[in-house]
Amino acid sequence: MNRFLNIALPKGRLGEKVYDMFARAGYECPDILEENRKLVFENETLGVRYFWVKPSDVGVYVERGAADIGVAGKDILLEYSPDVYELLDLNLGRCRMAVAAKSGFYDDRRRTLRVATKFSNIAANYYASLGRDIDIIHLNGSIEIAPILGLSDVIVDIVETGKTLRENNLEVVETIVPISARLVANKAGYEFRREQIEALSSALAKLVEA
Amino acid sequence: MDMPTLQYEERIVFALRDLYSRFGYLPFRMSKFEEYDLYARNKDFLVSDNVITFTDTNGKLMALKPDVTLSIVRSTRDTEAGVHKLYYNENVYRVSGSTRSFREIMQTGLECIGHVDDYCILEVLMLAAESLRAISDECVLDLSHMDVVSAMVDALGVGAAQRGAILKCIGGKNMHELAALCASAGAAPEAVARLQALIRTAGRPETVLPALAELGCPAAALEKLTALTDGLTEMGFGDMLRIDFSVVNDMDYYNGVVFKGFVAGVPGSVISGGQYDKLMSRMGRRAGAVGFAVYLDMLERFSGESAEYDVDTLLLYDETAAPAALLRAVKQLARDGNVMAQCAVPEKLKYRRLARLRGNEVEYVEQIS
Repeated sequence: MNRFLNIALPKGRLGEKVYDMFARAGYECPDILEENRKLVFENETLGVRYFWVKPSDVGVYVERGAADIGVAGKDILLEYSPDVYELLDLNLGRCRMAVAAKSGFYDDRRRTLRVATKFSNIAANYYASLGRDIDIIHLNGSIEIAPILGLSDVIVDIVETGKTLRENNLEVVETIVPISARLVANKAGYEFRREQIEALSSALAKLVEA
Repeated sequence: MDMPTLQYEERIVFALRDLYSRFGYLPFRMSKFEEYDLYARNKDFLVSDNVITFTDTNGKLMALKPDVTLSIVRSTRDTEAGVHKLYYNENVYRVSGSTRSFREIMQTGLECIGHVDDYCILEVLMLAAESLRAISDECVLDLSHMDVVSAMVDALGVGAAQRGAILKCIGGKNMHELAALCASAGAAPEAVARLQALIRTAGRPETVLPALAELGCPAAALEKLTALTDGLTEMGFGDMLRIDFSVVNDMDYYNGVVFKGFVAGVPGSVISGGQYDKLMSRMGRRAGAVGFAVYLDMLERFSGESAEYDVDTLLLYDETAAPAALLRAVKQLARDGNVMAQCAVPEKLKYRRLARLRGNEVEYVEQIS
């Protein structure tokens, strides 16, 4: 069996914060901070191997066992529902999934609501829970432009500070769910590395509480 | 029986069939189709509620079977005493975990239906443990008891609407959302703390079971778990046993012992099962039931065996070859592996060695080490 504990980190700013937290918890791997194009970093003494993947792919790597554990945003977990353990809320990258519309938007409930989003499943589940009939317009980026151009009535997207919304004369209409980074584990991997994963998880939990 | 040409999953199927029939389980065969109604009425019992349906010539809505257990339950009759012991090896059609699309999945498993007693449950668990061993030495069997989980969830005093979400948190070892959910539903903090402690207390039975008594778990359920783990340990399965209450199945169908089996190297559970007396009573039956399924699709890439060649020997012949002589040569070569006779090398075919028939003699032209 592979002697390394494989850890999938989300590439980007959140990933760097997450790595910093892992390092403070005693799972450092200094190579990772070097400026290069490597994707995999190992610390043989600690038996950990980190790799950077696209944030939306973390769930896939963990669910399929390529990574034993990983850190993914709650948005990704809700959108793709990977079958993994969600062990800890790391309290990093806090934001919210929200419905936003042009300022002063009036929702005419007699009409099908047109919703532009990157998160089709989250949007569909949210409106299904309200019993609302919607038309989902799946976009891959620049969601904010959809209501401005009349492509959609509202958007469902991640809102951090709300700055982008304000600058485009949009406002939050409804918060769907708070979002933050979560520590996830592969269900089978957990069985065979229970002590190691639990030790790491509780070391991180101490930092979250601190 | 040594059959090197069989694929790994096929060998496992044979091994499991042999194992189950040795313990008196009889084969159960069924048609590919069932009336859709059967699944519609028991939607939550299914792994996934997506079912492939079609209309039969008489106008009935039919389904390609997504599950075998419901069909077995329906086909057996209540008995005065004793149990039906059945095993199956069938293809089921359902949405597979990570691909989110319909797949044909080979599934094998067994069911014990009727007057299920403690022996039956122990026997089924032992067969689940043996099945795991047949797949790999490095394996884990997680045991849980739905009565314990139900009692702890009942103590929260939350409404039916929240129970599903709570169960999902338990299944995902998701303590933070469980806490938030319970707080918003107004559950008693002590009851929440006990439930969290229950999920956290996972591991080997000898350490976990004594600790559970202090959490106020139902004594009868703990006694059952203790008796079962003792029985399995005596049979030599102690090393693979874990108690883990995050193994939860639907409370409307399952009661008593539930379990999941894992083998190292396979990303998800390969065995899933438990007691489902509640399903039986929902289907109007007086009997109890226990069983499990082995998900053979999970094993496809597990063995690490992958073929490097299409054939061991490619035997080339020309128009001068006598058919009888050629057939003799082919039969001779087939003794040491698979052989394909062709008059030209097929495109993209990979062979270990290339031979040519000259008169009655086989002449090796090329050998790939």
